[in-house]
Amino acid sequence: MQTYQGLAASSGIAIGPLWVYKPIVVEVHHHSIEEVDNEIQRLQNALDQAKVQLEKLQTKAAETIGDEEAAIFEAHQMFLVDPEFLDTIHNIIKNEKINAEAAAQEGVEVYAQQLEMLDDEYFRARAQDVRDVGRRILYCLAGIDTEKANIQPDQPVIILAEDLTPSDTVQFEKDNVLGLCTVRGGPTSHTAILARSMGIPAVVNLDADLEAQQDGVEAILDGRVGELVIAPDAGALEDAKKVQVSLRNKHEEDLSSAHEQAVTLDGHAVEVVANIGSLADTEQALHYGAEGVGLFRTEFLYLSRDRMPSEDEQVNEYRPIFEKFPGMPVVVRTFDIGGDKDVPYIGFKDEANPFLGWRAIRMIDEFDDVLRVQFRALLRAGVDTDLRIMVPMVSRLTEVENARQLLVEAQEGLKKEGVSFAENVQFGIMIEVPSAVLIAEHVAPLIDFFSIGTNDLTQYTMAVDRTNERVAEIASPFHPSILRLISMTIEAAHEHGKWVGLCGEFAGNPLAVPLLLGLGLDEFSMSAISIPEIKTLLRKFSLEETREIAASCLKLPKATAVRGYLETINAQKEKTT
Amino acid sequence: MPEFTITIQHEAGLHARPLSAFVKKASQFEADIEVSNVTNGKGPSNGKSPLKLLLLAAQQGHEVKVSAEGQQAEEALAALKSLIENDFEE
Repeated sequence: MQTYQGLAASSGIAIGPLWVYKPIVVEVHHHSIEEVDNEIQRLQNALDQAKVQLEKLQTKAAETIGDEEAAIFEAHQMFLVDPEFLDTIHNIIKNEKINAEAAAQEGVEVYAQQLEMLDDEYFRARAQDVRDVGRRILYCLAGIDTEKANIQPDQPVIILAEDLTPSDTVQFEKDNVLGLCTVRGGPTSHTAILARSMGIPAVVNLDADLEAQQDGVEAILDGRVGELVIAPDAGALEDAKKVQVSLRNKHEEDLSSAHEQAVTLDGHAVEVVANIGSLADTEQALHYGAEGVGLFRTEFLYLSRDRMPSEDEQVNEYRPIFEKFPGMPVVVRTFDIGGDKDVPYIGFKDEANPFLGWRAIRMIDEFDDVLRVQFRALLRAGVDTDLRIMVPMVSRLTEVENARQLLVEAQEGLKKEGVSFAENVQFGIMIEVPSAVLIAEHVAPLIDFFSIGTNDLTQYTMAVDRTNERVAEIASPFHPSILRLISMTIEAAHEHGKWVGLCGEFAGNPLAVPLLLGLGLDEFSMSAISIPEIKTLLRKFSLEETREIAASCLKLPKATAVRGYLETINAQKEKTT
Repeated sequence: MPEFTITIQHEAGLHARPLSAFVKKASQFEADIEVSNVTNGKGPSNGKSPLKLLLLAAQQGHEVKVSAEGQQAEEALAALKSLIENDFEE
């Protein structure tokens, strides 16, 4: 038995024979040529042939995997007619008087290497696309038909490869691919993306020697922890099989009950809703059983333009989204923009610390029009919706008073104009800044609800820039300070008969479920995909027992201690149910 | 040379579908089109070359400058501007 470690790229467990993928290698010989035109014509013929192949692959990918993946092959076709790319190769042929194969390979490397030097991983990963196209051109020049060569597993296997290009992956018969693992590639490589959309496990960046592996040897690919186990012993194999079965059953079970309410063992119904940021997100939210929206981010409206979106424009954007949730609550967050984003018509200045700067609700004195127009648009669009509006980044009572005043004015204005609007709208604020928690008793009478944004609350409490990898570890929402702030917020709200939601990543974290339930949280809002699992988990607890769990958590001194304790709790639940 | 500056709002940046849409649109016009990334200083790149445009590494939130020269420069700019404003939907 041998275990290789890599990076988890797509969750799940695959068990089956290993199959090592070895693509045909075209050796490129450099030789000088006399007839430049002849070489350019040979190149053109190969490009034409490559285009025909890619069109076919695009159709196949659209049928077997999805449009998103098919678009990759459309992009590859565009490279074949890229004027700059062709110029580069033509010039190499002309100036160096070398054969089309050598020139094509050199031209591909010119672009691939420049792409590899970019800072952003996503763009850097496109070097692989250019090389994929380059390999196809070389095949065509050499007269190799990849489809006829048909390098395919003849049974369901775990595929191990140095790297997999989209062309490689789509050629495989889908039913024969149990899992994918590659020596190269990161979590944003095509292998990872394809595996996730196909719902099969994948591990990338695997520390394995391909030459040492044999086809047909039994293996376990664990996409949850990023491991490949070759020739597992009987015990490991049995464990993996058990986990595989339970994972499969669990996912199906979770999904099958996702559209029912999450009611605790002692009969307490918990509201589980989704975070969305566009019309496209609404479909997924409903598919996974969201009972409404707990956070609708509206920044998309502001970032795309060079002037303020008008009231009518906004109404037209909001209405189709609201219509997807008839009779369900929809919580909208007003614009949350600061100096880190470039919005020319608002007039941000360069700030040394945009996250501590002039952003979101803090613009209200200087720039109240942004909020006034958004309030009016939301009220109009939400006339038939259970609409709730909240303002982000509140740190002082004055901001709440001013925002509320603006909302009241917007309602009065619409009434006077005889325009119909959401008269029963609720007004709330985001809890992201510790100062807002510490004055929650003064804020609570002015609002209908609080919604806790744990990502920012953690960042501002722990004084950690969460995009800074060296300190990111400090920013744990399990830290006792964050737990206390959440608890204080809920207490202050409940004392005034107001409700509290939580719309950070914390709400979708299975470990946090008993803790938040026990602290008295009324609404859990999360990425749609987490909803089925969280609903299932909520049903396993009684409100009563989680109160004790939460009380125990509040006594612990460290984030690691809280996590450790909650891990034990969930493990026990897993065993008993 | 006529030009405009705009922020890329699409979450993929100038990449994948937005990139294809941009190159397709740019290629329809009799004009030399140049694109620079104002945010990171990369470019200018030929607006009809997907590979050169990728090298701009233009992500969501980046500001790009598009300029055009030639017979259909004005029309090309108007079409490209509206393409980006409509989030690359055709």
